[in-house]
Amino acid sequence: MTKQYAFHNKTLPYVLVFPQMIIVVIFFFWPAFMALYQSLFIQDAFGISLVFVGLENYIKLFQNPQYLDSLVLSFKFAILVAFSALSISLFLAVQANKHIWGKTFYTTMLVWPYAVSTMVAGVLWMFLFNPTVGIVSYQLKKMGIDWNYLVKSGQALFLVTLASTWKQISYNFVFFLAGLQNVPLSLIEAAAIDGGGPFTRFWRVIFPLLSPTTFYLLVMNLVYAFFETFPIIHQVTSGGPNQATNILVYKVYKDGVINLDLGSSAAQSVILMLIVIILSALQFRFVERKVEY
Amino acid sequence: MYLLAVLAGLASTVFAQTTIEFWHAMGGKNGEITAQICDMFNKSQSEYVVNPVYKGSYADTMNAGIAAFRSGTPPAILQVYEVGTATMMSAKGAIKPVYQLMKEQKEPFDPKVYIPTITSYYSTSKGEMLSMPFNSSTAVMYYNKDAFRKAGLDPDKPPKTWPEFFDVARKLKAAGYEAGFSTNWVGWVHIENFSAWHNVPMGTKSNGFDGLDTELVFNNPLLVKHFENLVQMAKEGVFKYGGRENKANSLFTSGTVPLHFESIGGYGSMKATCKFDFGVAMLPYYPDVKGAPQNSIIGGASLWVMNQKDQKVYKAVAKFFSFLSKPETQAFWHQQTGYLPITTAAYELTKKQGYYNDNPGPEVAIKQLLNKAPTQNTMGLRFGFMPQIRTIVDEQFEAMLDGKVSAKDGLDTMVKLGNEKLREFERMNK
Repeated sequence: MTKQYAFHNKTLPYVLVFPQMIIVVIFFFWPAFMALYQSLFIQDAFGISLVFVGLENYIKLFQNPQYLDSLVLSFKFAILVAFSALSISLFLAVQANKHIWGKTFYTTMLVWPYAVSTMVAGVLWMFLFNPTVGIVSYQLKKMGIDWNYLVKSGQALFLVTLASTWKQISYNFVFFLAGLQNVPLSLIEAAAIDGGGPFTRFWRVIFPLLSPTTFYLLVMNLVYAFFETFPIIHQVTSGGPNQATNILVYKVYKDGVINLDLGSSAAQSVILMLIVIILSALQFRFVERKVEY
Repeated sequence: MYLLAVLAGLASTVFAQTTIEFWHAMGGKNGEITAQICDMFNKSQSEYVVNPVYKGSYADTMNAGIAAFRSGTPPAILQVYEVGTATMMSAKGAIKPVYQLMKEQKEPFDPKVYIPTITSYYSTSKGEMLSMPFNSSTAVMYYNKDAFRKAGLDPDKPPKTWPEFFDVARKLKAAGYEAGFSTNWVGWVHIENFSAWHNVPMGTKSNGFDGLDTELVFNNPLLVKHFENLVQMAKEGVFKYGGRENKANSLFTSGTVPLHFESIGGYGSMKATCKFDFGVAMLPYYPDVKGAPQNSIIGGASLWVMNQKDQKVYKAVAKFFSFLSKPETQAFWHQQTGYLPITTAAYELTKKQGYYNDNPGPEVAIKQLLNKAPTQNTMGLRFGFMPQIRTIVDEQFEAMLDGKVSAKDGLDTMVKLGNEKLREFERMNK
C-alpha cells in the first residue's frame, strides 16, 4: 500500500531533516554520550578531580543490595502499573463501545484525567490518602484498617501504583476505544451466527484483533511506569518509607541531582537507557510484524 | 524609552559600577526580604550593584552554581545549604574562602563579632571562616499551650528533659489528642542536634573538621536508648510520624498533635498558620548525661564566594558582606524572616528594640545556641554526601517504626551505610 516518493534534488531531504537532527543530537545523543562517558569516571561535584575507573561504577551498583532491590522493585512496579492500567482501560473501552445512553459524556469523562499533569495527580492522591487529613484514610480507619503509608511499605507501593495507574488509564482508553471501533462488525456478526456468546466473541474475535494496540500500549505503559511516574513518587513518598518506592529513575535523581555523585548516577542512567532500548527494540520488531491472528 | 536606555548606559559607564550576581534559594517572603537587603545595599553606595537571582530549591541552586562553574561563568555569590558545606569546602579552586577574601581586599573583618556556634559551622578547625553565614536556624520544640491547659498542665512550664517530655506527651494523648508528639527532620533533630546537645560526637575527627577520613560513630548507647524510646512511643501511639523533611508540620498546625520538633526558621509560618496559642522551648535532654545540655547546632545556608577572574568583583563581595554583617541589616533580616542573627550585636539590638516581647520564640533558639561555648562535638558537621546520609537515616528510621529492624540494628546500619558514603567522598576529593 505504501507509496515511494523520490526527491529529485539530492540535498533537499537533508536540509529538511536537518533542524530535527540538530534537536535530536543536542538533546538526546549528546547527553546520552555524556552519561556513557561520565559513568567511567569518579569525580567531585565541580569536576576538579576526574579519575578514570573503567567499569567500577557499574560493578559497584550490581554489588549493592539496595540497587538490586531498586531494580527488582522497578520491574515489579512497572508490571503492576501496566497490567492494572491496561485491564481497567480495556474494560472501560469495551463498555464505552456499546450502544449506551450518554456515551459521549462517559467517554469525555474517562479521557479527562489525561489533561491532569502527573505532579497534580500525585498531589491529589496524596491528599485523599494522607494519614492525617485524607478523606479515604478517614474511611479506612473507620473500617479498622491501620492506614499509614508513611510507615508501611506495602501501603506506600499500593498508593503510588494506584495514582500512576489512574493517570495512565485515559491514554490507554483512547487507543483501545479506537481499536475497538476498527473491529469489523461483520466478523462479530459472523461469530454470533456461529453461536458464539459475548464472552467467546470477545476473547476469540475482538481481543486477538486488538493485539497490535495492546502490544503497543504494553510497551508504552512499561516505559511510562519506568520513567514518567517520577513526579508521583517525588510528591507522594520521596522513595520511602525505607526504600519501598525507590524506583530506578528516582534513585538516579537522588544520587545525581541531590547528592552530586555523578559517576554512579551516570552509570545508573546508562542502565536505564539500556532498558528503554530493549523495550523499543521489542516494540519495533513486533509492531512491524503486526501482531495478529 | 530608547533615550532612557542610552542614558542609563551612559550613567553606568560614567560611574563604572561593578555588578555582581547573587544566586539564592529564598522563595516567597524570604526571597522578598533578600531582594530588599540587596536593594538597601545598592542604594547605600554607588560603586557596586548586587543582583539577587532566585534559582529554586537549595539543591537546584547548588546545581546551577556547579553547572555555571563548569562552563566558566560562576556567579560571585552562591547560597549553599549547610549539608553542602563539605562539598563546597573540598572544591578548592572553585571557591574563595571568606577570611582570605576579606584580608586581600583589606576589608575590616573581625570573626569575633559573629555568634560562635553559627560561624564555627562554616569555619576550618583553626577558626578561619570559609563562607558567610546567611540564614541560620536551629531545631527547637514547639508546644501547643491551649493543649497544655486542656490537659491540666502548666503552659509556662514545657518539659525540660526527655523523661519529662515523654510523660507530658502521654498525658496529652490521654487528654484526647490523637498523639502526643511528632517531629520534622529526624536526622537533623534526633541525631545531629541531639548529639551536640548532649556533647557526644556524631563522627570522629571532630565531626569531620579534622579530615576527610572521618567516621560516623553515632550508634552509641545514648542514641540507641533515645531511638528505642521513640519507637516505643510510636508503638503506644504517643509519637506520630508525619513523613520526611518538614512534612510533619501539618500535624502540629492542624492541632492534631500538641508537641513538635521543627526549625526556628519555621517560626513565622507557624505564627501565620496556627490558630492556637503556642510556645517555643529548648530541646529536651537526658539528665543522666554529664554536661548536657551543651549547645545545639545550626541548619540553614551560607554564602560562598566563587572564584573570579575580575578583582573588582571580590571588592564588591567584600563590601556586601560587611554590609550584611552590620547589626541593623542583621536585626532587620532576623525580625523579618525568623532566621537567627549572625552577630551578637544584632541580637542585642533586637532585644533593645523590644522584638522578643511579642516574639519570645526566636530568643529561645539563640539562647540554646549560646548555651555553652561550642566543643569539638558541637561546632558543626563536616561530612561529605550529607544529604544522602540524612536519607539513609530517614529510611532506617522508617524501618524501625515498621518493626522491620530494632533501634540498635537500625543505627548500626545507618553508621555502616553512612561510612561507605564517607569513604566514597574521601576518594572522590583526594
